[in-house]
Amino acid sequence: MPAALTFLLTFQLVGLVLVSVLNLAIPEPVIGLILMFLWIHLGWPVPVELGPLCEGLLRHLSLLFVPAAVGLVTYLDLLSQHWVPVFLALAISTPLSIAAGAWTFSALARWMKLPPEGDEVKQDG
Amino acid sequence: MDRAQLWVYLAEQPLLWLTVTLIAYMLGHAAFVRSGSRAVVNPVAIAGLILASILLITDTPYAEYFEGAQFVHFLLGPATIALAWPLYQNFSRIRRLILPMLVALVVGSLVSVGSAVAIAYSLGAPDQVWLSVAPKSVTSPIAMGVAEKIGGLPTLTAGLVIMTGILGAIVVSPLLNLMKIRDWRARGLSVGVAAHGIGTARAFQVSSVAGVFAATAMVLNALITALVASLLVTV
Repeated sequence: MPAALTFLLTFQLVGLVLVSVLNLAIPEPVIGLILMFLWIHLGWPVPVELGPLCEGLLRHLSLLFVPAAVGLVTYLDLLSQHWVPVFLALAISTPLSIAAGAWTFSALARWMKLPPEGDEVKQDG
Repeated sequence: MDRAQLWVYLAEQPLLWLTVTLIAYMLGHAAFVRSGSRAVVNPVAIAGLILASILLITDTPYAEYFEGAQFVHFLLGPATIALAWPLYQNFSRIRRLILPMLVALVVGSLVSVGSAVAIAYSLGAPDQVWLSVAPKSVTSPIAMGVAEKIGGLPTLTAGLVIMTGILGAIVVSPLLNLMKIRDWRARGLSVGVAAHGIGTARAFQVSSVAGVFAATAMVLNALITALVASLLVTV
């Protein structure tokens, strides 16, 4: 595991250096992601535990957003002043955007005659 | 050490808030599993509500809480980079679909920004507020940067990004079931565009294909938004 963790963090560090040196408007983990993807794609050597580490980190991705979600308490004052327009904007535009994106993709996939994946929807949440 | 002293001592230790964060998440996750993985039982929302209530009741400032929670928060960076792994494994699948993905992404993103701004503006939100609403679907560091550039409030945007993510993760499954869109690729992609990382986390809970498409959409949306925002200034 230390090898895989070192590998991941090194990409983040390189991302951070690039972002600060080149003054990029993109967060360093996104740069790190692109660089690590290219590295793997080029077939360069990776630590054996990289796959399990990445899968482990992503299995509970939700957990990592909890501290930021708790941070909403610090915006309560700001939100309470304008909560009606702000809440309605989010509550309407979020499902609208999901519907538009999913519908567009399905329509294009059908038009391009691409076979669908996932008619076997098990969890109806 | 009496009880009050013990509390003062513990509250200063990063260990307390780190452990309480993990416990709150485990409770949220247990509730999610027991519900039969229902989207409305969102682990982030449950854990956030539990922790926010504890902070309000114990009168703990967020900065003090974050001393402990930062260890969890820090892992967001490495976890974002870890997305490269499933992206690599599914690359052939993604490459074939890049065109419909990009079109759907731009449509989803424009609908997100356009409808949110139109609603907030027409309901009389002040300029700073409706401008802060605009980038709410993008991952937070980029959203905050965009908000700053266009004259919104980056801190307000950060809060709206989180709310949007939770909302998107909750509505995606029931909404798309209702629309009879069963394709994991469409489902993942749409929630990645509309609800960034929290939506992506939800997609991974349901299907690895949905997760990969959500991750790809989130990353491309982040890159395109950053690019468009940098052009805005030069106009």
